[in-house]
Formats: sequence, C-alpha cells, structure tokens
Amino acid sequence: MRVLGKGLIDRATPVGFTFDGVRYEGFEGDTLASALLANDVRLMGRSFKYHRPRGVLTAGSEEPNALVTVGTGPAQDPNMRATVQEIYEGLEARSQNRWPSLAFDVMSVNDLAAPFLGAGFYYKTFMWPRAFWEKLYEPVIRRAAGLGALSGDPVEDRYERAWAFCDLLVIGAGPAGLMAAQTAARAGLDVILADEDARMGGRLLAERHEVGGTSGPEWVASMLEDLGGMPNVRLMTRTTVTGAYDQGTYGALERVGHHLPRAGHRPLETFWRIVAKRAILAAGALERPVAFANNDRPGIMTAGAVRAYLNRWGVSPGRAVSVFGNTDDIYRTARDLKSAGVHVAAVVDARADADAPIDVPVYKGAVVCDSAGGKHLESITIRTAGREEKISTDCLAMTGGWNPTVHLTCHMNGRPAWRDDILAFVPRPDAIPGMEVAGACNGAMSTAACLREGAEAAGGIVADLGKSVSELDLPEAEDDPYRPAPLWHVPGKGRAWLDFQNDVTVKDVRQAAVENFRSVEHMKRYTTQGMATDQGKNSNVAALAVLADATGRAIPETGTTTFRPPYAPVAMAAMGSGAQGKGFAPERFTTSHKATVERKAPMIEAGLWYRPSYFPHPGEDTWRQSCDREVGYVRNAVGICDVSTLGKVDIQGPDAAKLLDFVYINMFSTLKVGRVRYGLMLREDGHVMDDGTTARLAEHHYVMTTTTAAAGQVMAHLDFVHQCLHPEWDVSFTSVTEQWAQFAVAGPKSRALLNNLLDLPLDDATWPFMACGEISVAGIKGRLFRISFSGEHAYEIAVPARYGDSLFRLLVARAEGMEGGAYGMEALNVLRIEKGFITHSEIHGRVTAFDIGMERMVSAKKDCIGKVMAARPGLMDPERERLVGLKPAGATKQLTTGAHLFAQGADPVRLNDQGYITSVGFSPSLGSMLALGFLKNGPDRYGETVKMVDHVRGIEALCEVVNPVFFDPEGGRVRG
Amino acid sequence: MRITCPICGERDSREFSYRGADVALRRPSPDASEAAWDDYVHLRDNPAGVTRDLWHHAAGCSAWVVVTRNTVTHEVLETQLAADEVRA
Repeated sequence: MRVLGKGLIDRATPVGFTFDGVRYEGFEGDTLASALLANDVRLMGRSFKYHRPRGVLTAGSEEPNALVTVGTGPAQDPNMRATVQEIYEGLEARSQNRWPSLAFDVMSVNDLAAPFLGAGFYYKTFMWPRAFWEKLYEPVIRRAAGLGALSGDPVEDRYERAWAFCDLLVIGAGPAGLMAAQTAARAGLDVILADEDARMGGRLLAERHEVGGTSGPEWVASMLEDLGGMPNVRLMTRTTVTGAYDQGTYGALERVGHHLPRAGHRPLETFWRIVAKRAILAAGALERPVAFANNDRPGIMTAGAVRAYLNRWGVSPGRAVSVFGNTDDIYRTARDLKSAGVHVAAVVDARADADAPIDVPVYKGAVVCDSAGGKHLESITIRTAGREEKISTDCLAMTGGWNPTVHLTCHMNGRPAWRDDILAFVPRPDAIPGMEVAGACNGAMSTAACLREGAEAAGGIVADLGKSVSELDLPEAEDDPYRPAPLWHVPGKGRAWLDFQNDVTVKDVRQAAVENFRSVEHMKRYTTQGMATDQGKNSNVAALAVLADATGRAIPETGTTTFRPPYAPVAMAAMGSGAQGKGFAPERFTTSHKATVERKAPMIEAGLWYRPSYFPHPGEDTWRQSCDREVGYVRNAVGICDVSTLGKVDIQGPDAAKLLDFVYINMFSTLKVGRVRYGLMLREDGHVMDDGTTARLAEHHYVMTTTTAAAGQVMAHLDFVHQCLHPEWDVSFTSVTEQWAQFAVAGPKSRALLNNLLDLPLDDATWPFMACGEISVAGIKGRLFRISFSGEHAYEIAVPARYGDSLFRLLVARAEGMEGGAYGMEALNVLRIEKGFITHSEIHGRVTAFDIGMERMVSAKKDCIGKVMAARPGLMDPERERLVGLKPAGATKQLTTGAHLFAQGADPVRLNDQGYITSVGFSPSLGSMLALGFLKNGPDRYGETVKMVDHVRGIEALCEVVNPVFFDPEGGRVRG
Repeated sequence: MRITCPICGERDSREFSYRGADVALRRPSPDASEAAWDDYVHLRDNPAGVTRDLWHHAAGCSAWVVVTRNTVTHEVLETQLAADEVRA
C-alpha cells in the first residue's frame, strides 16, 4: 500500500510492468519489490526445498526469498532479486520454483513431508542402488528443488569488462562513504566511489535522520553535487564491489542495462577491475532476522526493510504492522510507521529493561513465538513471562541486530573479530593490505559515528599519500543508542528458519551438532546453510549462534565460515566478457586470405592463423582429388603456397652468430653470407623444441624462421637466452612474422616462373640450393630463399606484407599458365611426408635429435642449449622409439595417425607396444599410403613387417618399415 | 596480482608469463657434474614464504623480470631485470 507524501519515487512518472503475466503500475524509482508491495502483492516466490510461500525479507542485494526471472528466450535472466531489479516500462518478471502457479504449487506437499526432509536427508536416503543416483534420484531432486532456469539459448546480450585506476576506492556511498570520498577528493586524491544501489546514500535514504540540519536525502544530494563537480571523482552507481584481490585490485560488477529495456549496443553488465592505491570499505551492515516458529511467512521482514519501503519508496508493507526485536531500532520503526499514519499493532521488545517512549502497545521482555496465515501473515503469537497472546497483524518488522558487512575483508584470509558490545563480528585491522574500514561495517552504529569514521579513515589515507587534509567539518547527526541484547532463536515447537533461501531451520543445525558436525564449516556443508545465492548473508551469524549453543561453546570460539568472492552473484557472461566468439580465439589472417577465400578454399586453423586446406576445382567431389592434383603441381610443374605464418625473427648485431650457435645444435657462425641453413633447437632438457631455416643476409644480420606453432615459444626462448644467460652479447632481434608476406614457389618450373617475374633473372651459379638474397619484383625490393619443404627445386619469395595480396594473385596466375597453381595444407603435408620432413607432429616435445636421426648435427665444437642433457645415456639408447617410414604391406592399405605399432604376431596390448604413427598421407607420386612414425630401434629394422593397430577406429594393418625419405632419396630434384 | 616491470612500471600480472624459479639464471658449465645439471634442469624448491622467480613480460616489453615475492601473502617485494642481475 502506498503511503501519501512519503518516498523518493517520482509520482509523476508511472511505470507499467508485469509479474506472472499480470500488469501492475509502479513509479520511477521503484524496485520490483517495492512496486509489488505497493500493489499489495506479498507472495513473490517459493522456497527451495519445502516450496513454502515466501515474500520479500529485505530491501537489498542480500534478499533470499524474492527471486524472479526477468525476460524470455536468450534474454532470460533467472534469480534476479526483486529488491535490486528496478522497474521499467514493459518489464516482464516471473516467479520461480513453482508449478503450475505461484499461488497453487503442487510441490508444496514437500512442506508436509518436512519431518523427513531434515538436514542430511538426501545423503542418508538416496544411497543405493548406486546407479540410481545419477539416473533417477538426482534429476528428480534437482527438478523439485531449485531456482530459476536458464533458457538454454546462447547469450545475445552484450557484457563488457573494463579497468579503472585510482588513489582511493570508496566502497559504499552511505554516510561513511560519502564523508570519506569528500575528504579525500578535496585533498586532491583520485577517488572512485562505488555503490551497489541505483541511488547513493545508503541508509540515509531509508531513515528519517537529519544530517547537518537538513533531511538525509537532501544532505546526500548536496554531497553528490559537490563530488560530481570534481574532476578527480568518479561516481559509480549500481556497482557492487565483489572481491578484494592482491595488490589493491578489486573486482566490481556494474549493472548497466538491467534497469532499462534492452536497446542497441548497451551492455547488460560491465565487470570492472579497479586498481586502487588505497581503499575504504564503507559497506554498512546487514540486518539479522530472528528465528522463531514460522518466521518465513510473506509479510514478515526485517525492520530495516520495513523502514526502507516506507521512507524511501512510500510503501507500507502492511496495514497493521507489528514490530519485534532486540535493539532500539524497534522504536525507530514504530515511530516511522506511526508518523506515516500506519497502524502499529504491537511492539514486542525482547529486552525487559528498555524504555518505551511511544504511544503503542509495547510488550517488554517478550518474544514473538509463532505466526499464522496462508499465503501471507495473519497473526503472530506473543509470549511474555508465562503467557501467550495471539494478535492480528499483516506485517511483522523484526530485527535481531545488525551484522557489519565484513565480507570483503575476509577475501584474503582475514578472520573477523567478535565484539560483545554490539553482538557482532567486525573486521580486524589490515585484513586487506591498503584497506581501511569505516562506518557500520566497522561496528559504528549511529550516523554521527559513521560520518566521523569515514572522514577519519580518509584523512589517514590522505596523509599517507602525502597530501594534506583540510579542516574536518563534520555535520551534526543522530547519535542514538543501539543497545542490543542477545536474541538468536525463540525456543518452542515448530520450524524456525535461519537460512530462508536453502530452507535450513534451527532444528537442522541442532541435528548437525548431534551428529557431530560441530565445526562451523562441517555444519554449513551438512545443512547447506549459507550455500545459497545469498551466501548466508542473512543467516550466518544466527546459525553459528545456534550451533554455539548446541555445542556448549561461545560464539567467537565457534568462529565463522569463510566469506569468499564474489560478494553478490556475478553472471559468468560478465566475468567472461570479451572472451566469447572471436574474443576467445582471435583470428590471424595472411595477406593471401581474401584471394584464398575467393577461391573457395576451406580454411583450417593453425594456432590462431587460418590457412587453406586445399583449393577445390569444379568437378572435384572430395578433398583427396584436390590434394592429389595440387601435389602434382609441385612434382610436375609449379605450385604456390602462402608460408607467411611461419615465425620470422630478424636478428642483428656483432654477436648474432654467437646467439644462433648457442640456441641451435649446429653451427651458424660458419654460414656464408647469402646462404641458408637448416637448424634444430633443443630445450635445456635435451628434447627438440623447434626447427627451421636461418638465412645470413649480412655479416651481422640473420633471419630465422620458426614453425608456425612454436613462433611465440621460440621468441620467448631467444629473449630468455639473451636476457637471462648472455646479456653481455651485443645482439638485437625482433619478430617480423607479420611484416613479410612469404610464398613458396615450388616445382620443376619454379625458376622459369620467377625468371619471368623478377627484375633480374636467376641462374644456378648465383642461386644454388640454399642460397638467399635480395631481389626485386616489379620494382619492389624483396628477399628470395632457395629452400624447399617439398624436395623439389623451390624458392620462397618474401615481400613487405602490403604487397602480399597482389604478389600472391600474380604468382598463382602465372603458375596456372604453366600447368600449376595454388596448393594448400593437405598437399603441403603429403609433399613433406613423401620426403620424410618433420613437423610438430613428429617433434611433439618428447623426442630427441637422436630419435629423429639428427644426432650427428650436434656440433662438437661448441656448447648449446640442451647439449649436455641430450647426451644422457637414456636419451641415446638405440632401443628408443625412433623415426621411420611405414608403407602398407598387407591387404589393408589404410594407415592412421595415432595408431600403435606391434610385432607382427604380438597381442596388441600396452606391454607389447613398440611405437606409434605420427603422420599419414596418400602419395599420388608413389601410389600408396605413407606414414611417418616412431618405432623401437626403428632405423635398424628397415624391411621388417610390423602390425599397426588403431584401437580407436578398429583398424589393423601390416606395414613395412622403410627409410622415412620415400621420394627421391638422393635429393637430386631439389638441386636440379 | 600486480607486478612492477622495471621498464614499463606497475602492470597487471596477466601481462606476464610465469617462467619458474630464478634458478634458470645460473646455468652450469658444460663440464659440470651430472648432479649440478640435474639440479639446474629438474629440481625446484616450493617455499611457503619468500621466493624468487622469473616472469616474462610477454604482453608488454618482453623483459624477463626477477620477481621476489611471498607465496603466502602474495606480496611482491622486489622486481629487477634479469639481465641486470646476471650482469651484476
């Protein structure tokens, strides 16, 4: 029910929305919870386990009951707290965990079965038969117990991530936070003030306190005007600081779009990482409910929430409200209600000795011990010494005192300390390096104390950071007493709820203690108390007070469970924003990408790069037809292939040769200028890291190529060797992979093609095999390397990347005029297998130079990375699995990668394993399937027949062990 | 976690790749004992407390940085260029 003349809502701007299909109206400034209460909708959800009818309990992000689903389809957001969700025109919200409707929920039979559904019920009952758990019990239980559901559709909403940096992060914009921000900002610090509410001000918006002679909201407005005008202040509303991390890093979730209709590119949420030199936690406190029988009926809520709905949103949650609790807040609540013209049915003060300066029926030293009603509260039972009295009421405002919001101070292992005077845990100093705590979250329970602590905390930080604080001028504010008395649980029959969201009662916690789950961490896991989405914000301290009582210990001795990030739920989509789709794996394109795609080549991924698989021609139905044709180009005419993805490292300086000699097993200092050499690189443990060719362009200038896959690793390795082992060497290097477009021109007609293209012709005398140098093509300076990965007479031509597209098109056109053309990765792979050339399929991290037959390349004249360890006897054992070629030798002609090798008559089991196949391809040149693999003692077994078994695909084939160089073993073609 | 790169200043730890203990800076000579090489390549301490390790500023300036930090508190106590340390 709306109360006239109260609240900070804009009554001139009505807002229409629906809840479970029914249209309601609220006002600009309403949350879904306040708007529903204004429309007398009290039933907002069903509980997790017992499906009890539930209404709103709180007015903040700690809300355990009023969880709703907003939107449908890809935009469906489950478990949105009605107390946080602001209404907007057209908002569609639905209740959860009920069927067929919220008012009539079939599963509420669970409530009747409650005596059997206590703590540990599932653990004890669904033990056997074991197979039933996964197939029957769990699916059924999950369907019955639960929260909202995801739509299953891919997310279409945008989420963003962002970074911010500041001198001081102030968390919470209540009186303490506002004072702190102003004090620091006036001293010149860069300040970020973050508050999870849509509107800053904290409890000042929910109470009737005056500050500095004006109303709370007016004082807040003037503070925000002052702060908003300062260039060194950033105000972040709807931003929950979710975690405190190392070195002053904080996670924060900003709700950017939840309060507005979906539109354009506006993100729904932004996940911030805020790096702050210092921080002030001014997050306030959370009110505790009181555990009494049937304390979960719709209409029973925290007293602070009742005042918030009344004062901030102009809504009375009931027409005859009663108040129950153990602090002076009960009188504050009753006075607020009365001044708004709401009937106060009773004030129940658990303390016997408090004064009662108010004109309503007050029960001193009394408790509420039960409630009655169906889908909303109808009456409560009040127990005084020896007497019980039932009174009619439709709303109960209860308070068990306040818990300082210590959560963030626990994120780095800090444990809060118990304070007996306020019956609550407060943060210990320095729990988070660089963070101060001020205000109610530090145990300051009056506005005046909050203002003072905020200013003082900021003042200390300003001084620490070397600035000076101006004169402190604290506004006057209430400094009323708080006077809490212990009140955790009202004894009596019936279930008394502690954790509303996970349906954990006092009885469950006692049961845990009886079964010897006495540690608070064990109790939590056994009962699931504190494990719902509210993470026990409402129930933690009361539950451990009950546990302490049941185990005969004091509360501080019993201790708390560990609060971990995030403070409030964060959508995975927000944390992972930027990492969806292409953000997860960016695409790297070569300069020939466009021309390649135009030729309809299917692309395959090579790391982040995209390379053509093959270039299909009309009439070809399978990739093999295209591949065979492309292999033919290279063997018989000329083929063109983009090889720009290989890593290219430009190395210069007087000590360039020393660096290369040290990272490669073979010598590069002896390489002549204008020549290229193949090199093999080891890791320090003696295994092969990478291979490639390196060209010497000048005395002190080399260009190294790496494999596509290991380009980054090799770069980091070179950095390591230079910076960590030999910083005295005068050498510099940088990756030029993306600066040069490089194309293989391979085949018997390659020189003819180039001679028609280059500004100066080539001949064998000046351009023998493994020569390199500068060339020019159409006036563009480039580089030419006479190297071959196919065993044919071949070149690689490199030009600055901006000419890559046009050179590729030109080369392919010329090749096509010579019975050749472009070839892709499939053909490249077949060509290199025919020649026994290795890729990372072979040098996969567990092989040595010895294993691939290159041990003789290790230079005796110098040290190099990996040399000592590669010489270990175990790595030079002839029995090791070593590189061989394999050809089909039986009826089955198919060889498969990953298959294992066995002696012909041996059982194909692990103990008999002799090796495995790493690469296979069909060679059109030789008319056979060919394979490379590793076989025990391999090079000594040429001519032997072994058995290949592919256990995964169910293929067995006999193979002949052969030299891995299948094609042109003399190497005549490459020099021709 | 934040790490101060001696070249770039204080940066997010995600710009760096962790590359193991600073033992890697002290490569034995080729004729050192098998045990010395075994130590260098394979054996690492796992201290609860102050440790020194190498971080490669891979998404930054490519510097290899020796980071002295506390594995218990995650405090970064000191950073220095590996090259400077090796030269010294």
